[in-house]
Amino acid sequence: MREFSYQRATDVDGAVALLDADPDARYLGGGTNLVDLMRTGVERPGRLVDVRELPLDSIESTDDGGLRIGATVTNSELAAHPQVRRRYPALAQAVLAGASGQLRNMATVGGNLLQRTRCAYFTDTSLPCNKRAPGTGCSAATGEHRNHAILGASAHCVAVHPSDMGVALAAFDAVVSYETAEGSGQVALADFYLPVGDTPHRETALPPGALITAVTLPPAPVAAHSRYRKVRERASYAFAIGSAAAALEVADGVVREVRLAFGAVASRPWRAGTAERVLSGRPPVASVFAEAADAELAAAQVLEQNAYKVPLIRNLVVALLTELAEETTR
Amino acid sequence: MAPATASAITLTINGEHHTLTVDHRTSLLDALRERLDLTGTKKGCDQGQCGACTVLVDGRRIVSCLQLAVAAEGRAVTTIEGVADGEGLHPVQQAFLDLDGFQCGYCTPGQICSALAVLDEHAAGWPSAATDDIRPEAGPPELTPEEIGERMSGNLCRCGAYVSIVQAVARAAENTTGSAAGGTTKEPAA
Repeated sequence: MREFSYQRATDVDGAVALLDADPDARYLGGGTNLVDLMRTGVERPGRLVDVRELPLDSIESTDDGGLRIGATVTNSELAAHPQVRRRYPALAQAVLAGASGQLRNMATVGGNLLQRTRCAYFTDTSLPCNKRAPGTGCSAATGEHRNHAILGASAHCVAVHPSDMGVALAAFDAVVSYETAEGSGQVALADFYLPVGDTPHRETALPPGALITAVTLPPAPVAAHSRYRKVRERASYAFAIGSAAAALEVADGVVREVRLAFGAVASRPWRAGTAERVLSGRPPVASVFAEAADAELAAAQVLEQNAYKVPLIRNLVVALLTELAEETTR
Repeated sequence: MAPATASAITLTINGEHHTLTVDHRTSLLDALRERLDLTGTKKGCDQGQCGACTVLVDGRRIVSCLQLAVAAEGRAVTTIEGVADGEGLHPVQQAFLDLDGFQCGYCTPGQICSALAVLDEHAAGWPSAATDDIRPEAGPPELTPEEIGERMSGNLCRCGAYVSIVQAVARAAENTTGSAAGGTTKEPAA
């Protein structure tokens, strides 16, 4: 691991000033991904600015009935919070489905959004990877890609974003607030992750040196009827091979409002807007759910080893929405 | 002058203060084992996947291999060496002994530190991925084998002693009243 200097930030302005002055610096949150990547040489910062003690660790209701989640709130605190469990249950379930109790105690909300892909070629510095070393090629496209993207990928990179939390945040129209030396800004999660294209090494719309300060969930009564389900190769403590967050409101026998997002299918949490439009106003029955999933997945581009994800996601959508429909019409 | 890549820090471990100079790259795990002779905490994978290095920081379980020592300054660290009350074993330790919650024993310090926190988290009402009804009104779920298995899933046991580990945690839960890890896991504000 490269040697680095370390500073503990006590206020947001000080933290962003340090990053502004040193392009070689990185923010340190829980460190569950960054420290690991530093050890393997994927990340080589010359300075760490520890942001864990910044006063960004609260979860507060907003005036309009939403929820503002501070960037240094840990995954554990987020999943245990009564308002999250009551008003956005799929978010609590998504967080609880990820990692382990130890890692959830360390990991932060801001860091979760910025974690890197677990593509084995990204983490192996001896092999080509366009995301880690632009222009070297994508080893996964012709190599091991069982858990790689079926949506929104390109010939340059087929890695998936590993976050569970992000899938629920995408379904609930989360907005990311950040601070830079020039001032503060906001970006919708829908625009937070950049299209892969031929620049897979450029992952987010954050300006250089930006510090995520909060994630805000707009008010969404439908989110109270939501659920997250994750498919993985063992019962616990594994990354998803496919996941979905869904929220559903049924009135007068038809879908009044629906939210749907997928995980482990793309370089970002995948909001299934096409499926939502198909569902709107239709009867909440399995055939319609399947039709909606098919409409979203029509854009899927599968690789040799990951075609299974198409029926996996389709079945997940039908099962999840069927359960929610039974609950909401009961 | 190049910025410092090492710092003099004071770590608080099991209530005792230790002052040492660490290269910033030093993990809390390596500081414990290599610098402070607290070798009860084990190194397994050194990449956050096995849980052998689990310790409590400010009452919360973490993996000490991914925790930089310099970033642990000012926090209260509890290792396996700080769990017993003198010669008197903690109920969690006793349960692991009584029910053979181990085979080779290498993962055991991490398992026990994790179990302490599991009991604390459960008492604070934290749900898990195995919890059917996560609404706060539903209250803490029963600590079934499924709940214990899910909550302990961050601790691997290569010997495969999982069946008795789950039984030991269940026994410990019966024999522990109040806070297992010292009462620092708080119920989040509504």
